[in-house]
Amino acid sequence: MSAVKSSLRYSAEHEWIDASSPAKVGISQVAADALGDVVYVDVPEAGTALTAGETCGEVESTKSVSDLYSPVTGTIVEVNQAAIDDPSLLNSDPYGAGWLFTVEVESEGALLTAAEYASANGGDVVD
Amino acid sequence: MSTISRHTALHPTHEGLNAHFTDFGGWDMPLRYGSELAEHKAVREAAGLFDLSHMGEVWVSGPDAATFLNTALAGNLAVVKVGKAKYTMILAEDAGIIDDLIVYRIADTRFLVVPNAGNAPVVAAALAERAAGFDVEVKDASDETSLVAVQGPAAEAIVASVVTGDGQAAAVKELPYYAWTAVAVQGIDVLLARTGYTGEDGFELFIPNVDAARLWDILFAAGAGHGIVPCGLAARDSLRLEAGMPLYGNELSLEITPLEAGLGPVVSLKKEEAFVGRAAFEAAKAEGRGTSTGRRLVALKGLGRRAARGGYDVLKDGVVVGRVTSGQPSPTLGYPVALAMVDVEFAGPGTALDADLRGKAEPFEVVSLPFYTRQK
Repeated sequence: MSAVKSSLRYSAEHEWIDASSPAKVGISQVAADALGDVVYVDVPEAGTALTAGETCGEVESTKSVSDLYSPVTGTIVEVNQAAIDDPSLLNSDPYGAGWLFTVEVESEGALLTAAEYASANGGDVVD
Repeated sequence: MSTISRHTALHPTHEGLNAHFTDFGGWDMPLRYGSELAEHKAVREAAGLFDLSHMGEVWVSGPDAATFLNTALAGNLAVVKVGKAKYTMILAEDAGIIDDLIVYRIADTRFLVVPNAGNAPVVAAALAERAAGFDVEVKDASDETSLVAVQGPAAEAIVASVVTGDGQAAAVKELPYYAWTAVAVQGIDVLLARTGYTGEDGFELFIPNVDAARLWDILFAAGAGHGIVPCGLAARDSLRLEAGMPLYGNELSLEITPLEAGLGPVVSLKKEEAFVGRAAFEAAKAEGRGTSTGRRLVALKGLGRRAARGGYDVLKDGVVVGRVTSGQPSPTLGYPVALAMVDVEFAGPGTALDADLRGKAEPFEVVSLPFYTRQK
């Protein structure tokens, strides 16, 4: 079962967001496991305005391409160059080194708790 | 009609290895066990172990077997020597491709035909229908037969280490490409073929279902010291794409003749038989199909980082001139590779084209096949 980190909140589209400021955003292990080996990450640059629920990039695996949806409305502060240079981080450490970008949050979209997300997606809540 | 996916005899083995499953041709097959990139790499550098039991096995035997197959199929099977195999196709009357196949000559009057998983019932039915008037028996043994493959530079050493008959280890090492031999593996009778779909050296082992799990375990244990890894269909697809091999359903279909796929030479016009599809094939050839008219399958190398995927348009100066049939990043080569069906004017190696990657035109270049060739 894929790990669902308890300290994070999740969008229905499998992005996670943490409680720091600016907030860090990434994709869940459920999403990373479904994708298989991630080979390319496409996220907007720092300063881009995001709207909750709208597409804000792509994550590409060997077999397919998935859209990224912003979990919040706000502005991108920083992008994780390490993940862009080594997309396998999204598979090996999706909640840590595989983060995608940080965002100055103006308002949130619909977010689920770890328990709600795990329940909807068959994951195990872990610390 | 039931739409529940079928399982091979190795399904419990795959579950034990925590495989991620996918549907392929109505079968629940391992897509990957862990990282498909690691599985791909293992086949290129060491060895991979594949369950291919979803493929079909159709036995054709009888006094007319050779001439029957020459009539039913596109290639010249009558000239294949006992102990050898040939890649061929079965065509419809309009020369559309029903399936691509490997045929093994087991004896003068006995052949084993191996169709793709999704097409096995259709091919078996077509062969049975085409047998009318020939003194042959067509027997579909797909449901009773399992198929395991070992592919990679270490495949020969691994397979040679498990055969138990006198002189069989040497026979394995000497077995030429596209040839087969009968071997015993710890009491299991195996039809061992040196064929594969990866571009590496490798073997395919045909056994009855009851022996599949034990053979898999024997090969897995023997391969452990060589770095053998179980491999799923994701790696199978990326390996064959790098090797430039077509996949039925992507590159090959009823909509095209072998000419569009660049496989004209697979069709034998030298044989006497008026094989099914001959007239239509000859007409298409005379009209220059795939060379001066229509579309042709080409290999594309991506000049950027993004991969083109099956179904994407191929463009020349903004105009659609073709369609991608398969594509993904090449794990071995480090650039995107694709196969595409394009208008013949743009099929020459070196032609600069674009692929429409979800609204963005990305540059690709026509190159010669294969993308990857193994060191011999």
